Amino acid sequence: MSEALNELGQHIELKRPNCVLAWDVTYGELNIDVAPSNLVEFVEYLKSDRNCQFSSLVDITGVDYPERAKRFDVVYHFLSMYQNQRIRLRVSIREDDMVPSIIDVHPSANWFEREVFDMFGILFSGHPDLRRILTDYGFRGYPLRKDFPTTGYTEVRYDEAQKRVVYEPVNLVQEYRQFDFMSPWDGANYILPGDEKQENT
Amino acid sequence: MMDGGKGFEDALTGEQKIRNFNINFGPQHPAAHGVLRLVLELDGEIVERCDPHIGLLHRGTEKLMESRTYLQNLPYFDRLDYVAPMNQEHAWCLAIEKLTGVEVPRRASLIRVLYSEIGRILNHLLNVTTQAMDVGALTPPLWGFEEREKLMVFYERACGARLHAAYFRPGGVHQDLPPELLDDIEAWSHEFPAVLDDIDGLLTENRIFKQRNADIGVVTEEDILNYGFSGVMVRGSGLAWDLRRAQPYECYDEFEFQIPVGKNGDCYDRYLVRMEEMRQSLSIIQQAIAKLRDCPGDVLARGKITPPSRSDMKTSMESLIHHFKLYTEGFHVPAGEVYAAVEAPKGEFGVYLVADGTNKPYRAKLRAPGYLHLQAMDHVAKGHQLADVAAIIGTMDVVFGEIDR
Repeated sequence: MSEALNELGQHIELKRPNCVLAWDVTYGELNIDVAPSNLVEFVEYLKSDRNCQFSSLVDITGVDYPERAKRFDVVYHFLSMYQNQRIRLRVSIREDDMVPSIIDVHPSANWFEREVFDMFGILFSGHPDLRRILTDYGFRGYPLRKDFPTTGYTEVRYDEAQKRVVYEPVNLVQEYRQFDFMSPWDGANYILPGDEKQENT
Repeated sequence: MMDGGKGFEDALTGEQKIRNFNINFGPQHPAAHGVLRLVLELDGEIVERCDPHIGLLHRGTEKLMESRTYLQNLPYFDRLDYVAPMNQEHAWCLAIEKLTGVEVPRRASLIRVLYSEIGRILNHLLNVTTQAMDVGALTPPLWGFEEREKLMVFYERACGARLHAAYFRPGGVHQDLPPELLDDIEAWSHEFPAVLDDIDGLLTENRIFKQRNADIGVVTEEDILNYGFSGVMVRGSGLAWDLRRAQPYECYDEFEFQIPVGKNGDCYDRYLVRMEEMRQSLSIIQQAIAKLRDCPGDVLARGKITPPSRSDMKTSMESLIHHFKLYTEGFHVPAGEVYAAVEAPKGEFGVYLVADGTNKPYRAKLRAPGYLHLQAMDHVAKGHQLADVAAIIGTMDVVFGEIDR
C-alpha cells in the first residue's frame, strides 16, 4: 500500500514540482503540502490526471495552531474511486490570508468551505455564498479556534415575561472544569504551588 | 406574498405576472427527518431553488472533543448518527488504533463486524420504512420498528444500552458476548427474512410507492463525483463502490457478500439497494456468528490503551494503578494525523484525527456522509414537484445528529 503511495507521491512531485512544497507518506496515508496560490490548479490536476483521478472530495477542514506564524492548516481529503487511493493536501495560511475556493473544480466544496469559515473564520476567495452554516443565525466568533472558550459567550433561554427567546452572556455557577491528571512529577508543565520560590536558592 | 413584493401592481398590468412563491419546509415537519429547514422557491408546484438551513442540532461535538480524553470522546459518536450508533464508534476506534498501532484480537474484530451489520440493518429498516411513510404508507414503519426493537435488545444485551452503546473501544470491544446471545441473534437472523419479505410485498410492487419513487431524484455518475456522494447514493446509480470491499478494514475481507447496485439511480433503486443490503448483512451476521463460535479468546488487546482484566486488578498493584490512570488521565496517543473511514450505513463516515501526543485529541473532524448528500439537495430536487422533496429527503437518508454534529 505505502509503495503505491510513494510512487504516486513521486509521480505527482515530478509532474507538478512547483505546486508540491513537501510530501510524505505516514501511517499509510499520502500527505502533500501545497501553497495556497497553487491550490486550485493542483486540485484540478489531481482530478484530471490519469494516474490520480482524485475526483471525489471527501472533506475540507481546518486545524488551528495559535502558536505558529501561519496559524491555520486547511486540510483537504480526496478520494479516487477509480484508483482506490486517498490523498491529503495541507495548506498553511496566516490568520488574515484568504484561500482560493475550489468550488469550480469540486462543487461539493461549497458547504465544507462554509463550515471552515463558520468554525475558523477563514475566508475563501471566489466562494459564491460564504454564509455561516452550523452556528446560530447571528452568531459571533469562530468556535473551533483554540482561543474560543468551550462554553461560548452567550446562552439562550425562553423569557416568560417577554414571550420570546432571549440571548444573555454566559453565567456559570461553577468554573468550567478542566481536569489535569498529569502526575506532578512527570509531565506537568505548570509550577507547583511553592516551587516558585526555588529560583532564589 | 412572502417574496417581499408590495401590493397588487402586477394585477393591474394587462398580462398577469406570476411570481415565484417561497415557502419554509420544516424545521418542524414530519418528513424533514429531524430539524431540517428548507427554504423552497416554488414555481407553482415545481421546485426552482432549494436552500437547506442546517445547524439547528449543532452541539459543538468537535469542540467538546478537544477538551476530553480519547475514551471520554467515544460516547459522542453514538450521538451522531443515532440510528446506527456503533458504526460511528468504529471509525473512532480505527483512527486511534491506526495511530497507536494496536492490533485488535480476532474475536473482537468479529464482534465488531457482527454489530456493524446489525447497525446497518437498524439503519436501513428505519430508512426504508420511514421513507415509505413520507410517500404515504403507514404500515411499514410499524413493522420495521418492531424488528428494530429486537435489534435494540441485542444491543442492550451486549453493552447494557439500547442506543448509546459505547461498546466498541480502542483495542477491541468492551465485553465479551454470552453464547446465548449469539444463539438468539442467529435465531432472529432466520426469522427476519420473512419480515423483510412482508415489507417487500407491501412496497416493491405497490403502485403508489412506485409512482412516488421511480424516476424521482435521479443521480448520475457525474453528480456522484461532483457532490462527493458515498454509500447507497453511489450504489443506487450502478457504481459498485463499498469501502468494505474496496478498502477493507477490520476483517471484512474474509466475509462473502455481494454489493447490490441499482440501474437508474432514482429513489426507487436506492430503496431496492437498501432492501438487498439488509439481506447481505444478514448473511454476514450468520457468517460472523459461525466464526465467533470457533474463536474463543480475549476481546481486548491488553496493553496501555485498554484496562487490565478484572482478576489482574485484584491481585496486581501495577494493574490497579494502570486501571486508575486509564480511567482518570486516559491513554496517550502518539502525535500524528490520520483519517479513518468506515462504510457506515449512510455512506462513508470518517474521522480525521490530529493527535499531539497528549491524552486529548488536538483536533477531530467528523466527516458525515449525510452532510454532502443534503448539500446536493438543491441540485437533485430542482425541477421536481414539492411532494417529491419529501421522497428525496427520505431516500438521501439524512439524520441530523451527524449532519449538524
